[in-house]
Amino acid sequence: MESEDDKASRQQLQGGLTLVDRYTIQDVIGVGGMGSVYRARDLHFPNVVKLVAVKEMINLAPDPMIRKTIVQNFEREANLLATLNHLAIPRIYDYFSHNEHSYLVLEFVHGKDLETVITDTNGFLPEDQVISWAIQLCDVLDYLHGHKPDPIIFRDMKPSNVMINHNGNVVLVDFGIAKTFQTGTKGTMIGTEGYSPPEQYRGEATPVADIYSLGATLHHAITRRDPRLEPPFSFAERPLRRINQNVSSEFEAVVNTALQYNPVDRFPSASAMKDALMSVARKTGALSKITSALPVSSGGIKPLWSFKCEDEIRGTPTLNQGSVFIGCYDNNLYALNAADGQFQWKYPTEGGIVSRPSVYDNNVFFGSEDKRLHVVNARNGKVVWTYYTGGKIYSSPRIADGHIFVGSEDQDLHAVNVMTGRAIWKFSTDGPIHSTPLVANEMVYFGTESGSFYALDFRGELKWRFQAKRPVTSSPISKGQSIYVASLDGTLYSLDAKNGWAIWKFRLGKGSVSSPAIADDLIFIGAADGFIYCVDVRTSKEVWRFKTENQVSSSPVVYKDSIYCGSIDGNLYCLEYRTGRLRWKFEAKAAITGSPIIFDDIVYFGSIDHHVYALFA
Amino acid sequence: MAEFFKNLLRKKEEPEKPKLVDMATTAPLTDQQLNSIMGIQSIKSETKQLVASVGQSVGKQRDHNEDSVLALTSTIVGSAEGIPFGLYIVADGMGGHQFGEVASNAAIRIMGGNITKKFHSYLYDLPTQALQESLQEVMEISITEAHQYVQREAPGSGTTVTAALVLGQQITIAHVGDSRAYSIYPDGRIDPITRDHSLVKRLEELGHLSKDEVENFPHRNVLIRALGQGEFLEADIFTLPFPQGGYLMICSDGLWGVISEKDIIRCITEAPTLNRACQNMVEAANAAGGPDNISVILAQLIG
Repeated sequence: MESEDDKASRQQLQGGLTLVDRYTIQDVIGVGGMGSVYRARDLHFPNVVKLVAVKEMINLAPDPMIRKTIVQNFEREANLLATLNHLAIPRIYDYFSHNEHSYLVLEFVHGKDLETVITDTNGFLPEDQVISWAIQLCDVLDYLHGHKPDPIIFRDMKPSNVMINHNGNVVLVDFGIAKTFQTGTKGTMIGTEGYSPPEQYRGEATPVADIYSLGATLHHAITRRDPRLEPPFSFAERPLRRINQNVSSEFEAVVNTALQYNPVDRFPSASAMKDALMSVARKTGALSKITSALPVSSGGIKPLWSFKCEDEIRGTPTLNQGSVFIGCYDNNLYALNAADGQFQWKYPTEGGIVSRPSVYDNNVFFGSEDKRLHVVNARNGKVVWTYYTGGKIYSSPRIADGHIFVGSEDQDLHAVNVMTGRAIWKFSTDGPIHSTPLVANEMVYFGTESGSFYALDFRGELKWRFQAKRPVTSSPISKGQSIYVASLDGTLYSLDAKNGWAIWKFRLGKGSVSSPAIADDLIFIGAADGFIYCVDVRTSKEVWRFKTENQVSSSPVVYKDSIYCGSIDGNLYCLEYRTGRLRWKFEAKAAITGSPIIFDDIVYFGSIDHHVYALFA
Repeated sequence: MAEFFKNLLRKKEEPEKPKLVDMATTAPLTDQQLNSIMGIQSIKSETKQLVASVGQSVGKQRDHNEDSVLALTSTIVGSAEGIPFGLYIVADGMGGHQFGEVASNAAIRIMGGNITKKFHSYLYDLPTQALQESLQEVMEISITEAHQYVQREAPGSGTTVTAALVLGQQITIAHVGDSRAYSIYPDGRIDPITRDHSLVKRLEELGHLSKDEVENFPHRNVLIRALGQGEFLEADIFTLPFPQGGYLMICSDGLWGVISEKDIIRCITEAPTLNRACQNMVEAANAAGGPDNISVILAQLIG
């Protein structure tokens, strides 16, 4: 045994080694029958840390026929994965061979496999949690089984092939034996004993075989009894509720149906099983009870890097060409390396900076409390030009077709030529402008501290005006024919973009300076009552709300299927956007008033605690 | 957008005159006409014009009409561009109940009166202050008031209500019961935009009825929500864009339950005018037996 291990370790790649001048090996994350799986950094993205999983296959088979088959299987996995596109399936980036070594480069999944989650959990996993994963697994099986032209049978569903990522969602890994199913063909027996259905041992692989293995996986997850240690097909002798009394009889019935010996007695499809699980979830209330008590996200999140400025950061960063630009109340604009947080340069102004920088044509544009719009070179921080307004600038510049729009405390909206820094026009309003203008439909939309909301055309002429009861500090967004903006009067407004009529109003518990975000038909916004709200854009009905411990002035940001938002309570929250379920939170040392930005799976944001943070999304 | 800034340097031009549209040629539209309308629409700040027509019939098998209809088309004054305004309501009084037509009539009067009152100064005067409520709130308040009125004045009766408030290029719907609103697109697509509050629809949604069973369900007329029925009225209220280059249609089940969507499209595309289109649909429903009162409103946004 020892010599075997030695041999394996000798064959493992050492950290720091770079494959094909591109993938620098960092660590071993798994050992399989044919080789190891590594975490590596993709050097193709020098400015950010892009992690990938590199799956190695060492082909030492002496028989050339077998060697060839192994390589073919490997390439089959690569080609199969390349055609798939699903959130619960890792994306494939690359594959290559080198002597007897073949490598597959895949999306790196931050998280743990389900087998580890089961082992690491004291006691039983909550039924609600297992149901939610089961529903997701049905979704991905349904996707695979519905693959055209031929269904894909995963054939190796088991806890160790199910990753639970750091958002608490499942990702299926190890497609080594997933096989495109051709009707009538009998495959060879591949699969993992204990989880595989009887017919798979006879060489048959069908979609309902995956249903059985999913049932076996759920059985293991809910009972903690490893089926590999039990006689084959003996699940009926270990009913869920005899081992774990907390399980509902409804869920037990679903697992039993999936585990039927005879394939025709099982759910006919993954979607049928999902429907059954959904109705269990509705009955037991699992959908609403699924909470943040995830075994994977409780461990505390370590930032990828952090950088300390000399005063509070209240604003929002911008990322461009591998640099993070962020303003600070130490009066400087900072440029940091997005990959490691290394200081690149800073540019001093004569006032605090809350304005979010914009980058255009290698120049960074931002406003400062020193009343100026500053334009500096993105590479070296050298000033290009500055533009004076009559008041402090809290609004962020919006650049559209070579022109900059920015509001000022001088009550004017300024349109400035992006090249020369000369004013094109100014539009005078009835109050200071903190709101960041929106450019859409060939119009410029913004709010003022006197509660007005303006729509101007590009000549700076008023098209319409809407009056809220308190200041409109929030920055508008648009979708379709509507503009969405909040006010300190405690209302989120949907306004007709063309004429300013209020289509609906949604009452928030308190005022809001947060700017809304939209995904699908849902709109998200924070408010001073500490809630993050999700509202249906069509009906203005609340979909969910999430309570933070203090005011939310940060604006939610949608990325993939999550929203990210800071709170004055000092946490950055990551919520599932459809349900408002907490995925994780990260605690800074002081309030987070600005908004995060997310790029290539990394979240960047600043805090009143003087730090800029970068975290894995 | 860049165009705009170029234009800034030039002298300000007279705004483009809206092209006159001959009402008689609004429907059916040839491909060429459609393209030209689409072409006009892509130019910004176009003036839109709302037109509408109504068709109604007692049907072949009933002796009195329990449907009520309101169609009001106008323009909001006091804005340079003239914002189209339309209020379209179909209410179908519940048969088997006392005074179905009383309920449908009251619903129309109360809702229509309430909404036009809110917009009075915009339609007939120069507004001195902005409307306090949002459009969805106006609809919600009005339908609730109609509900309370019917409960008070005609207890025991009930009616469907499908109301559409068109303002600019968006439609705000208030809906209860099984009358329907549809978006009809220039390519012949027809999408129902309301969901029937009927027993048969509910059973279908729950998967208890197959398509065939739905067709032959004996209690197709049983509503699970209606104005005037139940203590609280839970109306569906939502906003959607007016179908570009297409139509908004509202009708009672005397139309949609009798002729197919294909027939509806044919009636509309074969008619030279909106009026004729409405008459065609009413005639088609009567030709198919006319088992119920028939009401239809067809609206179009031109320009």
